[in-house]
Amino acid sequence: MAAVGKTHATRWAVVNIVVVLYALFPVWWIAALSFKDPSTLTDGDYIPRDWTWENYRGIFQTSEFTRALINSIGIALIATVIAVVLGTMAAYAVARLRFPGKQVLIGMSLLIAMFPPISLVSPLFNIERNIGIFDTWIGLIIPYMTFSLPLAIYTLSAFFREIPWDLEKAAKVDGATPAQAFRMVIVPLAAPGVFTTAILVFIFCWNDFLFAISLTSTEAARTVPAAIAFFTGSSQFQQPTGSIAAAAVVITIPIILFVLFFQRRIVAGLTSGAVKG
Amino acid sequence: MSMQAEPAGAPQPPEAEPPKQDQAAISAGARQERRLGWLLCAPAVIIMLAVTAYPIGYAVYLSLQRYDLRFPGQAKWVGLSNYGAVLTSSFWWQAFWVTLFITAVSVAIELVLGMGLALVMHRTIFTRGVVRTSVLIPYGIVTVVAAFSWQYAWTPDLGYLAALLPSGDAPLTEQWSALWLIILAEVWKTTPFMALLLLAGLALVPEETLKAAMVDGATSWQRFTKVMVPLMKPAILVALLFRTLDAFRIFDNIYILTAGAQDTGSVSILGYDNLFTALNLGIGSAISVLIFICVGIIAFTFVKLFGAAAPGAEVKR
Repeated sequence: MAAVGKTHATRWAVVNIVVVLYALFPVWWIAALSFKDPSTLTDGDYIPRDWTWENYRGIFQTSEFTRALINSIGIALIATVIAVVLGTMAAYAVARLRFPGKQVLIGMSLLIAMFPPISLVSPLFNIERNIGIFDTWIGLIIPYMTFSLPLAIYTLSAFFREIPWDLEKAAKVDGATPAQAFRMVIVPLAAPGVFTTAILVFIFCWNDFLFAISLTSTEAARTVPAAIAFFTGSSQFQQPTGSIAAAAVVITIPIILFVLFFQRRIVAGLTSGAVKG
Repeated sequence: MSMQAEPAGAPQPPEAEPPKQDQAAISAGARQERRLGWLLCAPAVIIMLAVTAYPIGYAVYLSLQRYDLRFPGQAKWVGLSNYGAVLTSSFWWQAFWVTLFITAVSVAIELVLGMGLALVMHRTIFTRGVVRTSVLIPYGIVTVVAAFSWQYAWTPDLGYLAALLPSGDAPLTEQWSALWLIILAEVWKTTPFMALLLLAGLALVPEETLKAAMVDGATSWQRFTKVMVPLMKPAILVALLFRTLDAFRIFDNIYILTAGAQDTGSVSILGYDNLFTALNLGIGSAISVLIFICVGIIAFTFVKLFGAAAPGAEVKR
């Protein structure tokens, strides 16, 4: 019996290791590339022979990258805040209030979740040029928050349905003012869902490439994914491989931190919204 | 986790009809509730309509014109001729079949792998955190980053994977091998998402039902096909619908891996090229509208074929 348990455990361990390797290998490879110096870049080794920070120093010296990083962070944060605030309002209504038109809202969110972004690229390109927000932060924030609203509404209304709202009433019975009841009962209950949604929306905005290359033309608003697609080497004889790898690693760091610290929540957020949707 | 927690639209329980004398007050309260509901939803609705419905209408309008960005003064109404030009062009059909091929193959592989991964995550006890964390990385990572990693891996003289091939092979420069590598990159990145959606479905399968099937002598394969899959059907369909639509819009991976060279471009790549390389807003918009219609057809087919199980079905109720 013990032997059976042991082989069973070994088999699971092997399966788990395979899964972990599958998930991490491409990430490891690009990280390894980013630490190689130009002379060993082409050796194909998984572990750099001579570790160097040269690629990182290189990209942080160019405004091409630092400016893009600021754009990425700023645009993603602002779009996330707006989408989460508006999403929270709508999701609260969906989860708690009775009003006609609720189905229309849900159906519309679903349609927009399915919407092909490329279909919006040509009209938005022209509209944004005409009203002068092409190649600005706002020009990217608008499509980002729009496309993340359905995600925010779905995830948040799934979370809000689980909240024991009666506690608010109980607090009022116990003598709390409406403001106190909201601040001390509802906010702590709702905060985890809102926070999780914010992470998912941020990842979504951080990830975008199509809008970022279509609706920008200079460093003014180009985000990192778009910027690295335009990277050229420091000199014309140099391939930009090392710089691209280093930039890629830099924008992967926040994702890895989110995943490490909030994996349980991210899974809950992704699955609750989808199944209930 | 339950599907029935969907208060929206369902007939409300009779609690809203207490004694008659309160009726006026209640309807006032209901009216207030209704107004608050609309107020809270209004900003989201307005933004979603303004940024999608209006531009898609504008795209239809643009698609009916001859509109070359190099000669904006010569814009001219040409009716449906842009659509005629696109639909009779071999580029569109090439891109269309490539997109369908990538969509069908990658979603099929993802479903199988994702189901396996979901079962692993569901059954693993001790290292669940580790597995879940590492699986979320492909989901969260920026697609462009992953695409560059794959591109470098397959570039001769640079990558570890290219080194495994006979020297002189450059898989990204030939149509079929490049298509398979695009599918590989797509599958790697999105299988975890599929697995998470299926995992949520797995959680809905009651453990007792599985035990009962086991007691009745069902093999593990029978338990999987006869018990788990039917119970998970809603989750599977939702996952398939979302992934199919998502795969059909594939852009980032192709743009980085091949840029659409050697006939590996998807319809999204074709639309982008017509807009930003050929600077032809009319043709580009016609392609945008056609892609929109394709997505609509896919979504409609899913809902029609699978009826109540698909998420769109709840909208109709």
